[in-house]
Amino acid sequence: MADILSLEGVSIEHRGRRGVSRILDGVDLSIAPGEAVGLVGESGCGKSTVALAAMRYLPRGMAISAGRVLFEGRDLAAMDEGELRRLRGRRIAMVYQDPMSSLNPVMTIGRQLVEVPMLHGERDAARARDRAIAMLREVRLADAEATMERYPHQLSGGQQQRVVIAMALMAEPSLLVMDEPTTGLDVTIEAAILELVRDLRARFGTAILFISHNLGTVARLCDRVGVLYAGRLVETGGVREVFRAPAHPYTRGLLDALPDLDRPRGGARLAPIAGTLVAEDRARPGCAFLPRCPHAAPAACGAGAIALAEAGGAGHLARCARLGELPARMAAATDAAAQAEEGPVLLEARGVGKWYEVGGGMSGKPRRVIRALTDASLEARRGGTLAIVGESGSGKSTFARVVAGLAGEARGALSLAGEPLSGGVDSRPRELLRRVQMVFQNPDSTLNPSHSVGYALMRPLRRLRGLGAEEARQEAARLMARVQLPAELAERRPWQLSGGQRQRVAIARALAGDPDLLVADEPVSALDVSVQAAIVNLLADLLAGSDMALVLISHDLALVRHMADRVAVMYLGRVVEYGPAAQVFAPPWHPYTEALLAAAPRPDPDAPPPEIVLAGPMPSPAEEIRGCVFASRCPRRMEGICDTLAPPERVFGAHRIACHLELAAPG
Amino acid sequence: MIARAAATVALLGRSPVGCLGAAIVLFWAAMGILAPWLAPYPPNRIDPALIAYPYPTAANWLGVDQLGRDILSRLMWGARTVLTVAPAAVLGAAALGTLLGLVAGYKGGAVDSILMRVGDTLLAFPKIILYLIVIARFGASAFNIIAVVTVTQAPIIARIVRAVTLDVKNRDYVAAARMRGEPTWFVLLAEILPNARGPLVVDFFLRLGYTVIAIGVLGFLGIGLPPPDPDWGSMIKESYGTIFVWPHMTLIPALAVSSLVIGFNFLATGLREASEDG
Repeated sequence: MADILSLEGVSIEHRGRRGVSRILDGVDLSIAPGEAVGLVGESGCGKSTVALAAMRYLPRGMAISAGRVLFEGRDLAAMDEGELRRLRGRRIAMVYQDPMSSLNPVMTIGRQLVEVPMLHGERDAARARDRAIAMLREVRLADAEATMERYPHQLSGGQQQRVVIAMALMAEPSLLVMDEPTTGLDVTIEAAILELVRDLRARFGTAILFISHNLGTVARLCDRVGVLYAGRLVETGGVREVFRAPAHPYTRGLLDALPDLDRPRGGARLAPIAGTLVAEDRARPGCAFLPRCPHAAPAACGAGAIALAEAGGAGHLARCARLGELPARMAAATDAAAQAEEGPVLLEARGVGKWYEVGGGMSGKPRRVIRALTDASLEARRGGTLAIVGESGSGKSTFARVVAGLAGEARGALSLAGEPLSGGVDSRPRELLRRVQMVFQNPDSTLNPSHSVGYALMRPLRRLRGLGAEEARQEAARLMARVQLPAELAERRPWQLSGGQRQRVAIARALAGDPDLLVADEPVSALDVSVQAAIVNLLADLLAGSDMALVLISHDLALVRHMADRVAVMYLGRVVEYGPAAQVFAPPWHPYTEALLAAAPRPDPDAPPPEIVLAGPMPSPAEEIRGCVFASRCPRRMEGICDTLAPPERVFGAHRIACHLELAAPG
Repeated sequence: MIARAAATVALLGRSPVGCLGAAIVLFWAAMGILAPWLAPYPPNRIDPALIAYPYPTAANWLGVDQLGRDILSRLMWGARTVLTVAPAAVLGAAALGTLLGLVAGYKGGAVDSILMRVGDTLLAFPKIILYLIVIARFGASAFNIIAVVTVTQAPIIARIVRAVTLDVKNRDYVAAARMRGEPTWFVLLAEILPNARGPLVVDFFLRLGYTVIAIGVLGFLGIGLPPPDPDWGSMIKESYGTIFVWPHMTLIPALAVSSLVIGFNFLATGLREASEDG
């Protein structure tokens, strides 16, 4: 059958004040009816431009300079505005990353859904409404009728994305373009959305163009995958062939950079891709990946245009000059499972909690208590990593901020090497400030755009270590070397650095006072996978051989598996499971840990789909919960017990699980 | 800092509107600075003989006013007045407003509420009434004009700075500064304030334009700078009774006021374009 969408040698150029740059370069891509094709690559590789080109919806300044985009055999360039309008929304629908930007905040969900068939020729409002309700049921939104009357802000992020998918499917499109549809959602919700899309695809036969930087989600959903680099398709083929036997060094790099959920800490290092994509690479005559490629042979790779060539299986093509010569994918280094002796306890938290009061006073809203963190008892040991995992709203960041002193007074007792660690930063003596430092999540806001890198590093050296100007300058240079940043970056401003470089500066800044305890709140979650690996390696190197303790906050279980000695799993402000990493990642599990592990996407097309998919949203932290906090979503809930009684703590040596289930000790 | 200013000037060069604005403002600044040397006559010299034919002549390029004073000389000396009083007043307002905005935004709670409500109250009065009250009570002088403009404009600037502060104070780099024990004044002035620089600079030049108008209005109402020193507003006021007989006496100073206001506005536009580009 004819392809739904086919891109034939499409090049797209952007003309701006700073000249012409090529965004896409001769991309060939086709999607058959009912097929799901994934498109992966780092940020800036041109993934989203492909999506926009598929709808001929390029932003101002961008234009197709060569090639054709065919939709159901017709050239989009030959269509007039009216035809395009009928095409978009009806035959091609799009789902973007941020559902809030696709939904109109001042209209009810119902009105927005009903609009779709009305715009496309439906005359009967009641019938349109019935279809909208049916479609909301189709995307498994509980209580579809009530959802019709709600406004977007009254729904959770996962529910909003379901509504957007429902809206996209209302017109029964033959192609669904999804641009990072699950980025920004929690893993459990991501797993549920992916399951939904798989299921809908099977039932409606919609073709899908699925754009993502997350190889795991692509592996779970797609039949075929294309890998984009600097606007060029460097590898394409069946998802199995590409992920099992990647032929292009870039694809290999992306896969090797990922931590592996099934491999414990120790030995194996992540393999980051060196360098970053720079503008000059787009114009490179040979392979755009040349400057970053570990196998580059400049004579062969830089000479001229490289064509896509057969790489093993049928339809598996790669654009690499040394395709035949490169060794097969290196087997990952065997694990040196040498678990280091645990050091003495540095940070000890006993019953730590943080409750906020909101409303009341002049705000006119009822006074409510937000229980962001309740009764957390954890410890971090010298030379070790305590990881805290959980979905957003689980209280893991609150714990980090309490330890860092950024959340003000907290309940319970915190101590650092036996001395009390109380109060906020404003009341902590300088020596205590020096000993506890933090690395933040967002590389865009971690550094002040008004200060140079050198200033950002010298200031803590002067404040916390009392160094003079000249000493601080020298020490700042040493810190930069320690985080592997070239010295000339000291004069630069944050906006002149890449995300990974900014995060390195942030780590250097935290290390300036030579702290005992480093708190890292999602330090790599905003970075591309290739860069993530480098930062993770850096953190591991810094910890190795030092007696600093790391508290790592993360939602990425594979990363936690890779880094942590001890793991705490949090849900709704409570620690539901805590223990040595090897024991937390092995049964017996808390049902929530089990669900998180099942939901984590793996870059393995043959991984079984998750058996447990959590339904419903996390309750509000303002609710008073009598029983187990997880009871409302727990697949193993026992009615009458879990929702009324607080769960007992089951202790297996150093491993604690708060659950009513009679969990068996490991065999 | 100097490199940054130079970069801004270079960017401004790419905006035709900004260049035009800068040219107008620089023109008047040059007129004011060089008035003692360039002005053909003393600004207050009265020559009744010239009133018989007050129109522009070879000797008096822009004509003379109803007392026979040379209009060109008075414009040049007037530029001097307006270009010292207006920047001094706006600088005062910017300093006070920035301080209040930073404190209100950073401290929040009751401090924020009180400062902002006081500001709102001030803004609720028509400004011209406030000017009248203050000048009538304390007398017309350059200092009083500067003081009254400072007090009335500061709340608006405080709002701009407060908005930026509210946004920036929750950024991670502010948390990082607090984690190394920086005192509050350092966080406010070194971590938060520099991020308000863009909107503040644009606002500064727009506000200069408004203040030129305000000083003109005060002069026109007869409560501006005390006579006989030349002031564009008083020049308009003194001559507008005869606008149908000798229109040039009114229109020339009016044009001077307008051109300077437009110059400041264009400059602000150019700077905004430059900061958006940067």
